Amino acid sequence: MAQQASINKTLTIGEGGTVIAFIALAVFSIIVAAKAWTPEYAFHAYLFAAASVATVFAIFNRYFARDAAPVPQEIDGKPNYNMGPIKFATIASVFWGIAGFTVGLIIALQLAYPALNFDLPWTNFGRLRPLHTSAVIFAFGGNVLLATSFYVVQRTCHARLAGDIAPWFVVLGYNFFIVIAGTGYLLGITQSKEYAEPEWYADLWLTVVWVAYLLVFLVTLWKRKEPHIYVANWFYLAFIVTIALLHLGNNATIPVSIYSSKSYIVWSGVQDAMVQWWYGHNAVGFFLTAGFLAIMYYFIPKRADRPVYSYRLSIVHFWALIFIYIWAGPHHLHYTALPDWAQTLGMVFSIILWMPSWGGMINGLMTLQGAWDKLRTDPVLRMMVVSVAFYGMSTFEGPLMSIKAVNSLSHYTDWTIGHVHSGALGWVAYVSFGAIYCLVPWLWNRSRLYSLRLVNWHFWLSTLGIVLYISAMWVSGILQGLMWRAYTKLGFLEYSFIETSEAMHPFYVIRALGGALFVIGSLIMAYNIWMTIRSPYAAGEAKRPQLVPAE
Amino acid sequence: MSVWAKHQIFEKNSIVLLIGILIVVAIGGLVEIVPLFYLKSTIEKVEGMRPYTPLELAGRDIYIREGCYNCHSQMIRPLRDEVERYGHYSLAAESMYDHPFQWGSKRTGPDLARVGGKYSDEWQRAHLANPRSVVPGSIMPGYPFLAKTQLDAKNIAANMKVLALEGVPYTPDMIAKAEADLVAQTDPDSAGAAELAKRYPKALSRDFDGNPGAITEADALIAYLQMLGTLVDFKTYDKKANVR
Amino acid sequence: MTYQTLANFAQTWGLLGFMALFGLVLFYALRPSNKKMFDEAARIPLEKD
Repeated sequence: MAQQASINKTLTIGEGGTVIAFIALAVFSIIVAAKAWTPEYAFHAYLFAAASVATVFAIFNRYFARDAAPVPQEIDGKPNYNMGPIKFATIASVFWGIAGFTVGLIIALQLAYPALNFDLPWTNFGRLRPLHTSAVIFAFGGNVLLATSFYVVQRTCHARLAGDIAPWFVVLGYNFFIVIAGTGYLLGITQSKEYAEPEWYADLWLTVVWVAYLLVFLVTLWKRKEPHIYVANWFYLAFIVTIALLHLGNNATIPVSIYSSKSYIVWSGVQDAMVQWWYGHNAVGFFLTAGFLAIMYYFIPKRADRPVYSYRLSIVHFWALIFIYIWAGPHHLHYTALPDWAQTLGMVFSIILWMPSWGGMINGLMTLQGAWDKLRTDPVLRMMVVSVAFYGMSTFEGPLMSIKAVNSLSHYTDWTIGHVHSGALGWVAYVSFGAIYCLVPWLWNRSRLYSLRLVNWHFWLSTLGIVLYISAMWVSGILQGLMWRAYTKLGFLEYSFIETSEAMHPFYVIRALGGALFVIGSLIMAYNIWMTIRSPYAAGEAKRPQLVPAE
Repeated sequence: MSVWAKHQIFEKNSIVLLIGILIVVAIGGLVEIVPLFYLKSTIEKVEGMRPYTPLELAGRDIYIREGCYNCHSQMIRPLRDEVERYGHYSLAAESMYDHPFQWGSKRTGPDLARVGGKYSDEWQRAHLANPRSVVPGSIMPGYPFLAKTQLDAKNIAANMKVLALEGVPYTPDMIAKAEADLVAQTDPDSAGAAELAKRYPKALSRDFDGNPGAITEADALIAYLQMLGTLVDFKTYDKKANVR
Repeated sequence: MTYQTLANFAQTWGLLGFMALFGLVLFYALRPSNKKMFDEAARIPLEKD
């Protein structure tokens, strides 16, 4: 990229504006750091200042390295796709995935062997558990969604990603949010809303990043050369706007001071519980489902080289899914102080939700119609198809667990944890791994992955891990639920709480073993991806159809 | 050309698609959330409920900071075994001053909604420092650092001011005396302890951490744990007045 | 406005409205004249460029 700078090169409005905004943010952050009420908050303010200064440097560096003319939208009549931010998000997703799975393994071991909490504040389960959930959902899953959405929207619109600095701002800004959130948990900065633990300033930052994300995505849609908006983009758009809505609603909070990391949420008690699970369940519905369904609707047809089974079904699937999902939140609050009518609504819609979910599963699986043989030869496709099967399984289990009678047993137990992981590992992580295995050769212009055998190893090790994980949690969850409600012949509760807790030990060990296999699988993936990027097989040697022109 | 020549409206118009999505996803949330701010069963007050004392509030903030909600629920369901194990089922009113709520979602440890008064302060101290010293099979992490860390309470009045803004009935008097009340609650013989009990009925004044020389984080957390679920007197509570 | 009025409304007009909405989606998706457009859209990921 060392082109000669021409004479009339000037800073664009975007570059200039970004520089001014980040200089202002740096100055503001330093003032906040100096007056911060706690050292933890001061640390975060300094991080903001350092990141702002780094951004200013990066923009000038980029300015000196770039051509005077703006980046062309097309080269030789073909769209000049912007793959830089996508590459970053892809690598980041692998990194955060391993980090998040590893923290998950650590906390699984802590439940089996409590000495591993080390009696320190920043290593106890209570602080590490949000680190695990945020790292896998938002850091790993979020980066996969950023990477794939930016890739898919460009390829299906035949247009370069909108914005010059904006896509980089979205990707880097989002990862900075992850750093603030994660270090915050370790330092004890949390608002205790599950899956929305980051405090007010991290939430504000994420809001800015998210608005930029929506704009980049929308404006790219406006630039499209294609008359239709492909259905994957519908799912991405629903994911982006609904998450924005949920984020704003669930994080309505009043900071104690701009010099304090502490804030109090405006909702309280039963209203707060309802808002939290309206958010929480739809983080599942729109972040972990709609976004990853978009991946399914692009990557499975692409990899199988056949159009989606039924485009009509995908439209019904889309509207039914987003309409029904939003009602399902109250099933997290069965038999609580939430009014009965709300619980019933939540249960009814959760059960109805089974139908659009399976509509989507059928659509994904049947896309392979006439190409089932590819499952034998292509472990990447196999991974994605198995992910859709896991999606079908967890979206059957979910409605089942939302039935009040079942929920009275399963709620508060490990059954929930098992259910979440069959969805998170089996569906979300597998479809993500599949997408990453597809994306890396496309992005780095390689003719193929370094090793399909290693993909096979990854697949089988992690499948074994998932099976161990979820079956251990089924047994422990149902066992503990039954022990809690067991009575002796004389009509007394049969077990003390600690007896039910001690009975969980063997299952916690098996669960940790399953988690360890999953971590090993992800390490194999990282090695495979690293070797693919380093490998000399530049595209062009083998003439594969889905190759991307080099940037 | 019929009207249906425009049928590609969703495929072709991203703004229409965006607005369609917003409308469709707004319906469920509005129907389920808005009535909760108006229905009697969710906004009714129950006798005995009062805001947290400054020390309890500081303890609650520590409870949140350490992520206790990850393993302990504070919501007893009206099921036979739960009521027998933990006590009367939880009422909506009992968490009306909880910003945010702490109902939790998982019981790796037992429910804490009515843990107040079930164990002595001494037990709580020993348990927090090393859970296995009093419950051999426990898998709870140890929190020995709480009893060694001075409570940082200089912002307690500012915290209460924000909560007052959000509708918690902290009076200007309560906010002005916040720091004095906090200290008084750890010193039962002080003059301030009597005043505290006037402002916050049923407030317990004790040296919770067993270390009269210092007000530590353990003082605050144990004060919070010892009041959990103790405010409503269920001997006088009329169940029929608050049907879910 | 009491709980009862709201519930009555939801169980009649609300239900009908949602059914109608679903009918609209089905009509749109299944209308034969839309088939060609959907087939085109479905091929978008497979196009080379």
